[in-house]
Amino acid sequence: MSEKHWKSVVSQSVCDYFFEAQEKAADVENVPPVISTPHHYLISIYRDKLFFVSVIQTEVPPLFVIEFLHRVADTFQDYFGECSEAAIKDNVVIVYELLEEMLDNGFPLATESNILKELIKPPTILRSVVNSITGSSNVGDTLPTGQLSNIPWRRAGVKYTNNEAYFDVVEEIDAIIDKSGSTVFAEIQGVIDACIKLSGMPDLSLSFMNPRLLDDVSFHPCIRFKRWESERVLSFIPPDGNFRLISYRVSSQNLVAIPVYVKHSISFKENSSCGRFDITIGPKQNMGKTIEGITVTVHMPKVVLNMNLTPTQGSYTFDPVTKVLTWDVGKITPQKLPSLKGLVNLQSGAPKPEENPSLNIQFKIQQLAISGLKVNRLDMYGEKYKPFKGVKYVTKAGKFQVRT
Amino acid sequence: MSSNSFAYNEQSGGGEATELGQEATSTISPSGAFGLFSSDMKKNEDLKQMLESNKDSAKLDAMKRIVGMIAKGKNASELFPAVVKNVASKNIEIKKLVYVYLVRYAEEQQDLALLSISTFQRALKDPNQLIRASALRVLSSIRVPIIVPIMMLAIKEASADLSPYVRKNAAHAIQKLYSLDPEQKEMLIEIIEKLLKDKSTLVAGSVVMAFEEVCPDRIDLIHKNYRKLCNLLVDVEEWGQVVIIHMLTRYARTQFVSPWRQGDVLEDNEKDFYDSDEEQKEKADKRKRPYAMDPDHRLLIRNTKPLLQSRNAAVVMAVAQLYWHIAPKSEAGIISKSLVRLLRSSREVQYIVLQNIATMSIQRKGMFEPYLKSFYVRSTDATMIKILKLEILTNLANEANISTLLREFQTYVKSQDKQFAAATIQTIGRCATSITEVSDTCLNGLVCLLSNRDEIVVAESVVVIKKLLQMQPMQHGEIIKHMAKLLDSITVPVARASILWLIGENCERVPKIAPDVLRKTAKSFTSEDDLVKLQILNLGAKLYLTNSKQTKLLTQYILNLGKYDQNYDIRDRTRFIRQLIVPNEKSGALSKYAKKIFLAQKPAPLLESPFKDRDHFQLGTLSHTLNTKATGYLELSNWPEVAPDPSVRNVEVIELAKEWTPAGKAKKENPDKKFYSESEEEEDSSESSSDSESESGSESGEDEEDDRSGDSAEDSGESGSEPEAGKGRAATRSRARGRGDSKDVDKEKENSKTSESSSGESSSIEESSSDSESESESESESESRKVTKEKEKKTKQERNPLTKDVSLLDLDDFNLVSTPVALPTPALSPSLIADLEGLNLSATSSVISVSTPVFVPGKTHVLLHRMSGKGLAAHYFFPRQPCIFGDKMVSVQITLNNTTDQKIENIHVGGKKLPMGMQMHVFNPIESLEPAGSITVSMGIDFCDSTQTASFQLCTKDDCFSVNIQPPVGELLLPVAMSEKDFKKEQGLQLKLCTVGH
Repeated sequence: MSEKHWKSVVSQSVCDYFFEAQEKAADVENVPPVISTPHHYLISIYRDKLFFVSVIQTEVPPLFVIEFLHRVADTFQDYFGECSEAAIKDNVVIVYELLEEMLDNGFPLATESNILKELIKPPTILRSVVNSITGSSNVGDTLPTGQLSNIPWRRAGVKYTNNEAYFDVVEEIDAIIDKSGSTVFAEIQGVIDACIKLSGMPDLSLSFMNPRLLDDVSFHPCIRFKRWESERVLSFIPPDGNFRLISYRVSSQNLVAIPVYVKHSISFKENSSCGRFDITIGPKQNMGKTIEGITVTVHMPKVVLNMNLTPTQGSYTFDPVTKVLTWDVGKITPQKLPSLKGLVNLQSGAPKPEENPSLNIQFKIQQLAISGLKVNRLDMYGEKYKPFKGVKYVTKAGKFQVRT
Repeated sequence: MSSNSFAYNEQSGGGEATELGQEATSTISPSGAFGLFSSDMKKNEDLKQMLESNKDSAKLDAMKRIVGMIAKGKNASELFPAVVKNVASKNIEIKKLVYVYLVRYAEEQQDLALLSISTFQRALKDPNQLIRASALRVLSSIRVPIIVPIMMLAIKEASADLSPYVRKNAAHAIQKLYSLDPEQKEMLIEIIEKLLKDKSTLVAGSVVMAFEEVCPDRIDLIHKNYRKLCNLLVDVEEWGQVVIIHMLTRYARTQFVSPWRQGDVLEDNEKDFYDSDEEQKEKADKRKRPYAMDPDHRLLIRNTKPLLQSRNAAVVMAVAQLYWHIAPKSEAGIISKSLVRLLRSSREVQYIVLQNIATMSIQRKGMFEPYLKSFYVRSTDATMIKILKLEILTNLANEANISTLLREFQTYVKSQDKQFAAATIQTIGRCATSITEVSDTCLNGLVCLLSNRDEIVVAESVVVIKKLLQMQPMQHGEIIKHMAKLLDSITVPVARASILWLIGENCERVPKIAPDVLRKTAKSFTSEDDLVKLQILNLGAKLYLTNSKQTKLLTQYILNLGKYDQNYDIRDRTRFIRQLIVPNEKSGALSKYAKKIFLAQKPAPLLESPFKDRDHFQLGTLSHTLNTKATGYLELSNWPEVAPDPSVRNVEVIELAKEWTPAGKAKKENPDKKFYSESEEEEDSSESSSDSESESGSESGEDEEDDRSGDSAEDSGESGSEPEAGKGRAATRSRARGRGDSKDVDKEKENSKTSESSSGESSSIEESSSDSESESESESESESRKVTKEKEKKTKQERNPLTKDVSLLDLDDFNLVSTPVALPTPALSPSLIADLEGLNLSATSSVISVSTPVFVPGKTHVLLHRMSGKGLAAHYFFPRQPCIFGDKMVSVQITLNNTTDQKIENIHVGGKKLPMGMQMHVFNPIESLEPAGSITVSMGIDFCDSTQTASFQLCTKDDCFSVNIQPPVGELLLPVAMSEKDFKKEQGLQLKLCTVGH
């Protein structure tokens, strides 16, 4: 546990209310994000097995706090490579310095990673060695120029020898497939993540072959909204480094292609301590690409003691404590469809489970945006050099659930 | 700096404290003696040594360890003296860590903390803005009451800093100081007022935050900045956006009329505002309809729309609640898409957003219906999310989608998450009651669930079925029989109680089963739950009354058992029932009605959404989430019946022109202007003149004339007490009033003085006049007040029938700032203006057209003070009208007042002393000016485009006073509307002309 105070010091005991709530909720997922205590309000997020709790005294939009906490976690991730207990413990001073810059009296100051990195340099092994010898510090002593300019997300004086701009178009399919294999609900959500390493102040514009596909879009602040409204072109001065350019939803009129199907037969026998489990996965509407990285996760009912299965492909694990079955399938080869078969051991005497568990499926298809979205061209203005450009498409399963 | 420390010593006796602090340092340092926690002490000892070393690296290490201690919540306060010494360290990282430490412990070690203050004071003057800002930040975070005056000073200075970053920090410091010492409120409000005028996007969010915290009720501070805030909004950083949007929502609810009545049909499309004359005409038609949205209201709604696309969930939610609370209902629909998008993000965001959607979906189903499927539950969702989604699905259920929903619910009922399954059953019950078509289907489905294996599911179904049956008690005997059988197996008390109650209520429909059930339960009475026992008693009583032959003994047996029960509720109930149903000599008249009492028709319970009562909280707030009023929650007011005066938001135009954001606003505004042809210029210009934005043209336009005349009329009504002074703000206020009740003006005129003086305005005037009076006559204040009042009365009585152009009477000084002042009527009729424009155009270029000023400040300047003018006072002001005396001249209006009690005769301009080339057209001599009378005259001066002073003599019959007029640069300019292209063309050539449009 680590604490930092603004406004006034709050006793650690306030956390007891939180721990209480945590105990009451069987699952960490079920800890309510907003808890009211006699004098304070606790707003928390759960991320990477860590709780970030903020103590609030007065009315504030809860999303404001939640969003900020996520931004803090993002920043830690960005600085330390991971947002874990160990990372925070090891870098407690930097954490403190960061928090100091990010928040003042309950109001966020600098949350853009580009600015923070100018104020406080991320730790690297080389730098820590140098610092310990020379006694110089990680803390910048001038106000980052971005803070004052109209483009606070970009730091000044960026220089690269190789100028590169990469875009990843990542689309996720959210779907609920019912027992009989028909689609109850399907939707495509996409993001474009960018990795921009360009010198100076490049002004980019990215256009699509079929921008009409994008139904509901949310933008990084750098994007000029007016330009998008009028021309459907993304025009922006990018931040330096990795960032999420846009996220979008594909309009619901378009039918969503479901790239996999699952045949399943899961049954629990009445009055006996075993059941059968049999699932097979096959490709469907995959646009001629291979489907890879398939994993199936099943939350088995509580009465399941153990599972005895044989996969034709890949490997499986069953955790008897959390009752989670994970089957790492890998690639699908249409000639031989992967399947997982076997017996389920149930707690004897307990009534058989009411419902069959749903299957959560993960997969990945490289070089394909399932919605058909295509980047047309990327133009750069404002700088003389020729950048190296690249676009990558990936389709993934999002919240993809098959009910059985 | 020196003044700082001076104040500091003076006010707080801080010098002593400093000394004390030093002593404390020396006494505490050998603290190893208190050796209780020796290991801890030793550790701290070496930290101290490190801190005192000469090497920065050692110090840094020590500080890092100390910060580590703070982070773990360990007490490191005893290191205070050693740490504070390093506050002036050159190494910025050490410095920062010391700051961290200071802020954490200053409150506990106030005296020692004072040691560091001078360092901050020095840093506040540092040329590096980052250092200034962080010094202010830390200084204001030190919660030591003694330094309040220092903080106040620092904030004041920082709020005028050149760097917006420092000003931003000043805004934050305001809140900190306010929480430390609420007494400073008034001073802080002044600073807030100043900072609200700031044009930097960096500052806007922070200062609004300070406003919300310190003085959220001072809505009047927002008026002038409203349009600026709306226009800056897109460029403000995201956190500021949230705060500003919430504040503006509240503002809008107090300043605009409700768009919800019938207005939904005639909503203007956004484009309307930019459009050509045809549309302008259309709008003119619209104006006549009952509701037209205030252009400022529209501005807010329009400018927040792009923010729905923000990546920040809080911003999206803020906009959503803004649309929900202030946009016309037909437009609020666009927020649903964005809210649904947020459901893709983290669990916590989902939770809050779903809660808000739940509240919205109760009131306006249609909004989220298209997204029904987005609320389908996944087995991996957290329970709280599932339940919220279920709630929304229930709210969205209607005849059309209920069958799909029920199919979906079937899946949910089987869920392993039993809490969720139980909630689903309740949901089905609610659907059954709200949609009568499916109530039978639902009931059957629920009955099927009665054979479910899981007890919780069964119990919940029983409870829900009970409620359903109560609503339609006809021929459901079969279900009741079925449930009676369940009684053998089911153990959940609520369910058992529900079954017993059902049987009791319907005991005449199931005459055979009921007594049998009673027999069975009598057997198990002692082992039942209290809840069930009560229902057994009820059942017994009901059966006794309907079927006493079979159940008399059984009931008495149960009553006997109940009599000795451990629970007093049950004993009470037993006693009550016995008295009521068992006839004996003591029982009163009531027992005759026992049957009616027990078997009365009971109203069916309403199955309602648990979110029903949340809608009185503003969406997106903490209070809404918790469903209780959180501390600091600001109530959203109801729409006013009549909109408060909209012109309070008018801003001086020059300021406005600068304030436009670079976000393409200017580009958008200009092109439509250039299409105006000359012949239409008159109309258009008059339209744009009244407003800073072309869109607000819908409102005024031709009314302008009336308004002004109304004003002057009103002013004359008030003139007895109206001093002439003040700023544009005051002017607009009075002018606005004229607009608002121009009809009432006449009445007001006739009204007696009492009503006038009762208004806050005039009372303030009285006060001020009394001040000036006391100055001049050196009388006691109270007396002088009396004198003034009498004077006022006199002037009112003696007032001549006032004509339109006589605008002001003056009684006193000009040191008043915010008293209302009248805007004199334009000296020229519109047609004359048009003529002049024509002249002007021919002289310059065909595309340049003079427009009337968008805003005329009412600021007047003193030409001649009444003290030096022997009772004759003169003020001048620039009406910004083209001068009738010559197109190179600037028109100046001079208002003359006679403050003596004798006529002043023959007022005229005497000798002129003008610099080279300057010309002046004087006003015609005034024959006489009555005591307390006032007259306004126009003159024209050609300043040769320079700010040189025009000196001349103002003469009366007896005296001559030399006076001079020096124009501010802005007044030398002529407002012109021209296209961008022409502007560029003319640039450099046209010195005298400038665009004031946008």
